[in-house]
Amino acid sequence: METPKAGDRVRYANGGAALTGTYITERDGMAVIKLENGYNIGTSPEKIEWVGRAAPQPPAGAGVVIQDTSLPELSIISTGGTIASRVDYRTGAVTSQFSASDILRAIPELGDIARYRDRQVASILSENMRPAIWQELARAAYDEIRHGTSGVIVTHGTDTMASSAAAVRFMLRTPVPVVFVGSQRSADRPSSDNAMNTLCSAAVAAGNLGEVAVVMHATTNDDRCAVHRATRVRKMHTSRRDAFQSMGMAPLGYVDYPSLTVTLSDEAVRRGAEEPELRDALEEHCALLHFHPGMPSGVLDAFEGYAGLVLAGTGLGHVSTDWIPKLRGMIDDGTTVVMTSQCLHGRVCDRVYNTGRDLLSIGVIEGEDMLPEVALVKLMWVLGNEPDPERAGVLMQTDLAGEIRRRSI
Amino acid sequence: MNYKELGLKAGIEIHQQLDTAEKLFCRCPTTLRDTADRTGEFYRYLRATESELGEIDRAAEEEMKLVRKFCYYTYDTVCLAEHDEEPPAPMNPEALDVCLTIAKMLGMTPVEQVHTMRKLVVDGSNTSGFQRTALVALSGSLPDGCRIETICLEEEAAQRVEGETFSLDRLGIPLVEITTAPCMHTPEAVQRVAEYIGMVLRSTGRVKRGLGTIRQDINVSIAGGARVEIKGVQELDLIAEVVRREVERQVNLLAIRDELVKRSARVDHTVVDVTALFAGTKSSILKKAKSILAIRLSGFAGLVGQDIQPGRRLGSEMSDYAKKCGVGGIFHTDELPAYGVTAEEVARLREFVGARDEDCVVIVAASRERAGCAAEQVMIRAEMALSGVPEETRKMLEEGSSAYMRPLPGAARMYPETDIFPVAIGEALWESIAVPELLTDRAERFVREFGLDEALARQVAFSERLPTFEAAVAAGVRPTIAARTLLATCRELARGGVAVDRVSEDEILALLSAVEAGRAAKEAIPDLLTELARTAGECPGTPRERVDAAIEKMAPAVSQADVESIVRRVVTEREAFAREKGMGALGPLMGVVMQEVRGSVDGRVVSETLRRELKRLLS
Repeated sequence: METPKAGDRVRYANGGAALTGTYITERDGMAVIKLENGYNIGTSPEKIEWVGRAAPQPPAGAGVVIQDTSLPELSIISTGGTIASRVDYRTGAVTSQFSASDILRAIPELGDIARYRDRQVASILSENMRPAIWQELARAAYDEIRHGTSGVIVTHGTDTMASSAAAVRFMLRTPVPVVFVGSQRSADRPSSDNAMNTLCSAAVAAGNLGEVAVVMHATTNDDRCAVHRATRVRKMHTSRRDAFQSMGMAPLGYVDYPSLTVTLSDEAVRRGAEEPELRDALEEHCALLHFHPGMPSGVLDAFEGYAGLVLAGTGLGHVSTDWIPKLRGMIDDGTTVVMTSQCLHGRVCDRVYNTGRDLLSIGVIEGEDMLPEVALVKLMWVLGNEPDPERAGVLMQTDLAGEIRRRSI
Repeated sequence: MNYKELGLKAGIEIHQQLDTAEKLFCRCPTTLRDTADRTGEFYRYLRATESELGEIDRAAEEEMKLVRKFCYYTYDTVCLAEHDEEPPAPMNPEALDVCLTIAKMLGMTPVEQVHTMRKLVVDGSNTSGFQRTALVALSGSLPDGCRIETICLEEEAAQRVEGETFSLDRLGIPLVEITTAPCMHTPEAVQRVAEYIGMVLRSTGRVKRGLGTIRQDINVSIAGGARVEIKGVQELDLIAEVVRREVERQVNLLAIRDELVKRSARVDHTVVDVTALFAGTKSSILKKAKSILAIRLSGFAGLVGQDIQPGRRLGSEMSDYAKKCGVGGIFHTDELPAYGVTAEEVARLREFVGARDEDCVVIVAASRERAGCAAEQVMIRAEMALSGVPEETRKMLEEGSSAYMRPLPGAARMYPETDIFPVAIGEALWESIAVPELLTDRAERFVREFGLDEALARQVAFSERLPTFEAAVAAGVRPTIAARTLLATCRELARGGVAVDRVSEDEILALLSAVEAGRAAKEAIPDLLTELARTAGECPGTPRERVDAAIEKMAPAVSQADVESIVRRVVTEREAFAREKGMGALGPLMGVVMQEVRGSVDGRVVSETLRRELKRLLS
């Protein structure tokens, strides 16, 4: 008796009927088989009988994709977010596709916008992203720019895409668009936002922008994508297509779909405005702490010896007065502490209430209207590049990459 | 037709909406809405996804020939799940329970673990581009020996409002899909099986009722023909006719095939641009077309225009295929000159494409791109005619003929719904499923236990008001009164223009209880129902309070003493008449008294009192 492997033919007996199907896998003690009518079912392994080996698979569809050499060249850097996937209808497995050819086969209209080079930096879920990969990402983008690419598209899982985009923005000066894109609905489904988001991101990457941006659905409609500044964007919904929102400012622009017409606001940095430059040092010994009522000051002990700590405080930028002695100790020991707000909207002001004034007096830095996550990656970058704590503090309150707005609107 | 000789094989798929509190994969109510109450609209594009072999499912691909934008209406009873903006919730256990109940009633065996699948459907009726469906049980049997293959639990699609606009209220309502083996061999057998399964479904008391809540798809093939699925047959009475017409269609297509083979017919694969030929045409359709293309079908003359089904010709089939490219239809020389195309133009067309008398020429008129696509589709369908009957999914037209919809979908369109965990059906769960009494058995029991006549018993058992009837009987109401009120009286009042549907089941129950308790006479029921209908939504109160108010107004209580005094007066006033007719005066005087008491007193009481009074007078 053969042990079935994925794809093998098996017989399955149920209530007097014997059916044939394809063996898929064993999961949690149950054999999963795909019946001839296409349905999967789970059954005890002893109820199936091996019939035959899987027929050899024809080679995976390797349709030749010819790229139009008269079009500008864009670089696609993938990190593991899937903008294209394929379903194996025999087993039902969904696989991610990364190569430019695969992506072009899945979204052929991309071929009307540009030629593509592909490059894979990582293959991870975005919750497993870490600063070291942000650095690789910035280096890869810089390489591509030096190589003469007209624009960079970074495919990324959406959970932490905003942080990656902000990190790359601090590390990289770029004359060409560097566009982060992802999808909120998996690419295997006909309704996925992957194709529209990718087409919009390619249009932006081939267009007149000259900074790092996130391009995603602007509304629940398939009508346009918004172009968000990397340092002012946040994922504000767990599942909606239009989860990404520009915070404290209007988006840098929009891409109409399906026309793919890009409209940029006056504020968007234009192509060629910056010379390429890479400053990829990061001080990873930094953290972001979300304060809550009753949180004991002992929590701060975990961050002892850290180079930097961003606090997401309440309201205008507060933590419990009980925290002040410990915070003073940390700051005296050399930790840079930056205050941001859990409100996400609005600016920190520690000059209104006593607690705030006390925090300022011990050396906590007001993080202006920076988003907490953006303040964290900025702090890593600033401390990685500026050894003098005083000057680092000044930099934290200086707009370096569009992360701080002069005016609150 | 001799169906046995033709080798008719038919199967049926029944889709029945379940009457659960919540939808299958989200917590929205299963309430249908008026499109005027929509709270918003949004739109999306759908795109067929590529399979491992670089193949797109042929049914899905066909639907993608047109780039279509779909618009969706949303409501305050719809959530992000229907918007395809949130992952699905776990499978609704109530729906699974109903599905298992039906499976048990049909003698099926459940699978040990139910896996939810995604079935690709890119016609816009699902915001996700797939329908979630799960196989729950296998192999059941029907009384005539026919076999049921599967029962699946799936989500209902969105309702098409018009064109590419869909309404999301219906999307996600639980649905069972019951598939029989191709084990029926006459049109009537198909109808009988559909009726039986429908009865089983209604016996659960947990399925939705009314138009559109049950739909039948019918699979038909004859020897030498092909499996064809006809979707969306809503009227039970049409099922046999649909089968008859499909058999007729397949027989005719096979005859056409034989004739084509005899003539050595073939499809010329060059498409000829004939736009210039129609420069001065009077035909409004051809006049406004940017491009007119012609296809020569060698040896097809007379056959394209031949009837294959009432109202349908081979040309209609070609036209259906062409319409997938967004054209309005086709013209062919079997039906020309017509539609503003002159005999002269036809002659020029035939000459230009080099058509002989035995050839048929098809023309398509549209934009260059659409016309090219349509011409290709016409050739594809013409090629199929050379080999007989194509396997297809078709949609039913009025009266029972059908039109082409898409190729039969393959198993290729299914893959796992990874967002939903498999559900185990353990023995304890299966054992706990109670099998309800079949409606047919229930009707027999009503005859036996309640003494209802057979027709009324069946009517009650199959009625949507069965729960009210049973509640009334359980509350001590006489079954005949309950049955008559719920079915006959209500229907008569409705026919007379009374809005009895505004009277709630609880009010009817309270009314019947009042009659049974002697607070109103059964003769007053129509008046009381009319009063309850009139004041529905105006006078608030519990059902009991509303019924009492109606009694107060329409049939105030009359005491036995009152009855006796009325009877005495009526008899005294008509003493001469009573003396002349003797006991024969009972009937006529009864009517007079009943009118006076306005139905507030039971007829039996009046009749006894009157009889006593007459006897006293005559003695």
